[in-house]
Amino acid sequence: MAYIAMATGFLLVLIGFYGALTQRNLLRMIVAFTIADSGVNIVIVAIGYMRGRTAPILDATVSAAEAVQRIIDPVPQALVLTAIVIGVGITALMLAYAYRLYERKHTLDIAKLTDLQG
Amino acid sequence: MIKRAVALVLLLMLGGIFATLMLGYTPDSELNLTARYYAERTAADLGAANIVTAIVVTYRGLDTLGEVTVLFLSASIVGLVLASNRRPALRVRTPVGELLTTGARFLVPLILLLGVYVFVNGHLTPGGGFQGGAIIASGVLLLLLADPLRHFSHHVIATVESLAGLFYVAIGLAGLFLAGGFLDNRLWPIGTLGELFSAGAIPLIYSLIGLKVGAEFSSMLASLSETEEL
Repeated sequence: MAYIAMATGFLLVLIGFYGALTQRNLLRMIVAFTIADSGVNIVIVAIGYMRGRTAPILDATVSAAEAVQRIIDPVPQALVLTAIVIGVGITALMLAYAYRLYERKHTLDIAKLTDLQG
Repeated sequence: MIKRAVALVLLLMLGGIFATLMLGYTPDSELNLTARYYAERTAADLGAANIVTAIVVTYRGLDTLGEVTVLFLSASIVGLVLASNRRPALRVRTPVGELLTTGARFLVPLILLLGVYVFVNGHLTPGGGFQGGAIIASGVLLLLLADPLRHFSHHVIATVESLAGLFYVAIGLAGLFLAGGFLDNRLWPIGTLGELFSAGAIPLIYSLIGLKVGAEFSSMLASLSETEEL
């Protein structure tokens, strides 16, 4: 299970990077980056998974005393929680910049954005 | 085509690194030292049933404050980047359809309620301030879809956001004087594990985070929607 999730995550990272490297449309590149972002999150969550254990929440079925034997690693989940939120912020920023670029140049094709070429 | 080939070669190398990582990976059969500490001590020390929440809000509370600051920064930069083109464009109302309008009227209060439920129960159930805030912002998104011309007061959003941030830091500082340190949740007795009013200041802090995140996401959505040329 952990291996399937991890392989999926790595595959998504590769797909995302492939898209970011080969696409020329800015919006498609942004989508590619969010796919890679999700892939990294899946990999981190998969690392915290442990077979036969349950979510790190104490309730009637998982008492505080037996938590060490029953729960999966909570640290990767806390990390991914942070990563997802920051990912949303980054995506919004990228979209805002892409919008401004489109407004000025009337194109989203990076091959036509040549301001920095000498 | 050369570009595509170079990209493929790069990805093949990256895939090779990933494959080696995966082949060398063996899942832990026991919790590591850090995780073990959190699993053993959370219930006794902080009284939070959701250990992830305990880590995010209290053990690593300072990092969460930083995270909320990063989110605030990106929301303000989105506002700044998109602000200068708020021109009085000809705004013609295009009908969005009866289904969407009525659906939004029916669903938005329920979505807001769900968002509040998720962040108030962040210390007991999966979820918390960030998730609840995102749900609230999705309600705002539905409102914007139903009426693209709707104008959200940036003033109100900014007030909610800054008050939530202010109280968040104030509670953190109160922890410095009344409890063990910055953002310590034991300002008052931690109560019984699993009850709504337990875990000290965690529900309060997470609710403030929920409001702040909801306001930040909403301001991003409002800024993005105001750019639309209708």
